[in-house]
Amino acid sequence: MTDLPVIQTHSLSKRYGRLEAVRGLDLAVAPGRITGFLGRNGAGKSTTIKMLLGMIRPTSGDGTVLGRRIGDPRESIELRRRVAFVSEDKGLYRYMTVEQMVRFTSGFFPDWQPETAAALLREYELPRARKVKALSKGMRTKLALLLAFSRRSELLILDEPTEGLDPIGVEQLLQSLVALSAQGTSVFFSSHQIAEVERICDHVCMLDKGRLVLDVSLDDVRQQYRQIDVILPSQASERDFQMAGVESVRTKGLQLSVFASGNVDGITERARDLHASSIQVAPLGLREIFLQKAKEN
Amino acid sequence: MILRVNPAAGQPLYLQLMDQIRHAAETGLLRDGEQLPGIRTLAEELVVSPNTIVKAYTELEKEGLLELRQGAGAFVALNSRARRLTDRIQIARRRVGDLIERLRNDGLRDEEIRRAFEAELLYPAEIAIKK
Repeated sequence: MTDLPVIQTHSLSKRYGRLEAVRGLDLAVAPGRITGFLGRNGAGKSTTIKMLLGMIRPTSGDGTVLGRRIGDPRESIELRRRVAFVSEDKGLYRYMTVEQMVRFTSGFFPDWQPETAAALLREYELPRARKVKALSKGMRTKLALLLAFSRRSELLILDEPTEGLDPIGVEQLLQSLVALSAQGTSVFFSSHQIAEVERICDHVCMLDKGRLVLDVSLDDVRQQYRQIDVILPSQASERDFQMAGVESVRTKGLQLSVFASGNVDGITERARDLHASSIQVAPLGLREIFLQKAKEN
Repeated sequence: MILRVNPAAGQPLYLQLMDQIRHAAETGLLRDGEQLPGIRTLAEELVVSPNTIVKAYTELEKEGLLELRQGAGAFVALNSRARRLTDRIQIARRRVGDLIERLRNDGLRDEEIRRAFEAELLYPAEIAIKK
């Protein structure tokens, strides 16, 4: 397996009038992993995914997906044939039935997996004879996912795949992602569902106001990100904790709270040097990191 | 065996799995030669990235606790060092169990016994000075 990124962008930007939806994005998504793409509503996730898939044109910058240039019309078609994706609009035809939609889609892809499609139709409990326009939002999502999962592709790109799914649907989706990953598919998906991302992802990238604000492996998050709460004998000062690993400091009277992305030993040593009467270290979850990054930016 | 992961714990998931598998081998729940679930099976069961399982199994192979056979899966394969350690740990657990039983007979409550163990493990130097 090569280590060339499956997705790579250089200074990728998109401007809508005065709104800068994506600003100078440098993204490198490694192969063979499940990568989560986090961000608030309007952070630029969907815009980024649409640029990757050649659905909208970047204002500036460029990128490649599976080595194909996203800005080149011919290579963009080629990459869309090789990447399975579910974007914001699910790409379904309202007048077709579930069965017709599956048969229609299968015709475009030589590597189509009929057994996968049949198994997922049963698992997702999709009514074969019902027309797309009569499906609930969750069922449409499931159908779009089924079509993407049955294509055995090197890379799967999903924009908010959990949208409209109930908890059981979310669990089925996550299991499908894990199974595809085990078969060697690289997965890149955007989501608001932090708990799910935290569970199945190897790596997370977070966008805020069009900028990449976090690009980290979840092993590193679990091993290194900590909140350190300190009680000092005299008025606490943020300046005392300007050091490696400190992302931000909050003070309230004698209390001081450090948000750290590493160097926990150094930070607690500093607190001891300042004669802290209490030092508490607690792990930071992706949710806290998300909120903190959104606040900082 | 039942494996679990806690995504909110401040410890990488592969390390959590390694701890549980190691513990199972040390306590005899997993026997030498026993097969562990396949990567995809376990990843789907725990709903975690397959890389988490791969990393845990690979690291345990380095420790001499597992053997990965191409295409066949992961097997408990205690090398002589790991087996000696496992034996010693099982003996130690029996001794600790006996000691706890004696302390209970002396009228100590479990909480007091636990604190005594923790104090001895965490601050052995200070206790040595007091002696």
